[in-house]
Amino acid sequence: MSILEVENLSVSFKQYTDGFKEINHKVISSLSVTLEAGEILAVVGASGSGKSLLAHAILGILPRNASISGTIKYKGVELTAARLATLRGKELALVPQSVNFLDPLMRVGSQVRTASNSEDVVSAQRKVFERYHLGKEVESMYPFQLSGGMARRTLLSTAMVSGAKVIIADEPTPGLDPIVIKEALSNFREFADKGCAVMLITHDIESALQITDKIAVFYAGTTVEIASVKDFVGKGEAIRHPYTKALWRALPQNEFISIPGSQPHPSSLPPGCLFAPRCEIATPECEQAPPDMRELRDGMVRCIHAT
Amino acid sequence: MIPSLKININKFPLNRKQRTLFNIIISIIFLVTVILGGILLDEERIVTNLSERNSAPSLEHLFGTDWLGRDMFARTVMGLALSIGVGLIGAIGSALIALLLGIAAATMGKMADRIISWIIDLFLSVPHLVTLVLIAFTLGGGFKGIVIGLTLTHWPSLARVIRAEVMQIRSAEFVQVSQKMGKSQWWIAVHHILPHIVPQLLIGFMLLFPHVILHEAAVTFLGLGLSPHEPAIGIILSESMRYLSSGMWWLAFFPGLCLLIVVRMFDQIGENLRVLMDPTRSHD
Amino acid sequence: MQLEAKDVGFRYGDGPWLFQRVNVMLEPGEIVGITGPSGRGKTTFCRILAGFESPVEGTVHVNGAPLPKSGYHPVQMVLQHPEKATNPRWKMHKVLNEGYQPDKELLDLLGIEQEWLTRWPHELSGGELQRFCVARALGPNTRFLIADEMTTMLDANTQAQIWHAIMSIAKQREMGILVVTHESKLMQRLCHRVIDFNEFD
Repeated sequence: MSILEVENLSVSFKQYTDGFKEINHKVISSLSVTLEAGEILAVVGASGSGKSLLAHAILGILPRNASISGTIKYKGVELTAARLATLRGKELALVPQSVNFLDPLMRVGSQVRTASNSEDVVSAQRKVFERYHLGKEVESMYPFQLSGGMARRTLLSTAMVSGAKVIIADEPTPGLDPIVIKEALSNFREFADKGCAVMLITHDIESALQITDKIAVFYAGTTVEIASVKDFVGKGEAIRHPYTKALWRALPQNEFISIPGSQPHPSSLPPGCLFAPRCEIATPECEQAPPDMRELRDGMVRCIHAT
Repeated sequence: MIPSLKININKFPLNRKQRTLFNIIISIIFLVTVILGGILLDEERIVTNLSERNSAPSLEHLFGTDWLGRDMFARTVMGLALSIGVGLIGAIGSALIALLLGIAAATMGKMADRIISWIIDLFLSVPHLVTLVLIAFTLGGGFKGIVIGLTLTHWPSLARVIRAEVMQIRSAEFVQVSQKMGKSQWWIAVHHILPHIVPQLLIGFMLLFPHVILHEAAVTFLGLGLSPHEPAIGIILSESMRYLSSGMWWLAFFPGLCLLIVVRMFDQIGENLRVLMDPTRSHD
Repeated sequence: MQLEAKDVGFRYGDGPWLFQRVNVMLEPGEIVGITGPSGRGKTTFCRILAGFESPVEGTVHVNGAPLPKSGYHPVQMVLQHPEKATNPRWKMHKVLNEGYQPDKELLDLLGIEQEWLTRWPHELSGGELQRFCVARALGPNTRFLIADEMTTMLDANTQAQIWHAIMSIAKQREMGILVVTHESKLMQRLCHRVIDFNEFD
């Protein structure tokens, strides 16, 4: 059974135009994704594609002007606000994007301790620090004294020490050097191998490929493809969706060519397939109605032409 | 969600941003009415009329009359208008001092910063009212004394906000980029720094207002502010206290309530402006 | 016209040297990469070249003359976080035209759309904002461009799009580019030669 299931999720934001008119921007639309125990799922997409908002929606920390529809299930039971409040930080944990999420006035050691749910918080914290090669002196440091890599590992410790079953990591790698990235990613692998689940949100398809099992590709607020890592080889012949293909081909180690244009803004989404305006193989049919997610070769794709 | 199904389930026909603007307009209308009332109401309304002494609120005298038969409604409105006027001068003066010292502290080097920060701390460490009483008393009380006193005591917290804001923007990456595009200090001050300061200053000014008015009323109440001949709200309240025990509750109740409403109105305007003017918060 | 950093060293106050004796020479039209672990002062070195910071020792020359203190700086820099490099209270058209008026050709090359110009910075995504920062830095008087982790936060497609635009302009104008990135594959793809920042001390 899936540990986390997101079904038909839509998120929209109430916004105001220059005049005092109110409009609703749909930033995530009919999104479905599942996370299995023992698995790492990478959520890959451009900035502004709504991938961070998915994390915030799952954890129930969207801003006030957001409205949400669809269902999110944890261990088969729907996640209501009340249930979420008891699970958040215990079974569901977030590894946030930046060091700014640490309390600047609290020593790192005590911050990690407050996240722990075990009996002996001090030894739990020491254990986790040891595992992530954070020396004893780090315990009594303040966040500003940490280097980028140490801060990352501290954020990671906070999630790990909580004993969570599901970890959602939001862009844990950018700006780190390759050694630290590798280490952070192998930590996730280790965690998943223990039977937990990780959702790795990133724009960096390359590092995602190194450790994950499945990749969900986001475009303009919805998934266009869910593929196994094995599909990303060669010229991307096994890849289903044209956008995923474009991403793969744009990597510097591949062809380093880009497709023109950019992701549509939530205020002006095309009526049919969201990718149609930039798609090479688009036909008039693509502009009729948004395609549904369908199964194809052990994966999922949202394209009527995919084979 | 199909667009046509997006029904506005809001009870009010206005959205939140429109409501914010509406609140501001209502508050401004109320305040302008009070000020105009204070100017237009003629002195005859508050002449002594011994035949109608101590009457409780009625249709003829909405707020009742006092021990000399003066109409309390007219006195209250005139008192509020005077208080708003004093508050206006005090708040403008304070905001100006805050602006000048805040910018000076942020731009004129370490020494200037240290001295100005020290003065700010000094002023903040003593309650406003104490410094205000001292200054007003030294200057011999009256209109001049209280206005100078208010001006000199209410600037520190706003000055600190402006200092921090200027410092933050001066070191922002977009300002550094601007410098390297050959923009002059002056150009950067006008185009980059000012747009951040003006909203802060305006909101700070609106939020100073209620403070200034309350403190004016308090000092006048204590007998150290405006002279007893002027229809200030502080004077009315202090005089009325003597009659409270004889059951004439309306003497203090209505003026006090009105003072409270006026102060809340200014707070409302300040808070609502803050929400409207911040581009990142404007969608909450 | 060349950019030359000679024996450059930097430290904060009396603290330990972040780096010393850094020598880098950049010819027009040349694309050079800098690698090295984080925390070794690569970013600070870039800031020195772009004139944001002054070197504690050593000199930086453009075309034999020291970097100008005022006026348009011939060495422009694009940073990692575009949201910090744009004034949040400016609409995008003002951000774009701060230094000069970029022509339509450049905007098309970078994929900047007309309707973005009337938006606020927080209404655009990081990738969209970064295109503006690049356009803004490519003024007619820019001789050298420093890209400090410029596309680290962007998806592969936007990264390729921006780099292709920059490369074609660099070629056309004989502009020199210094690239700092952790991604070795991107570095290999772009650079004529790579300097290891570890060589300096």
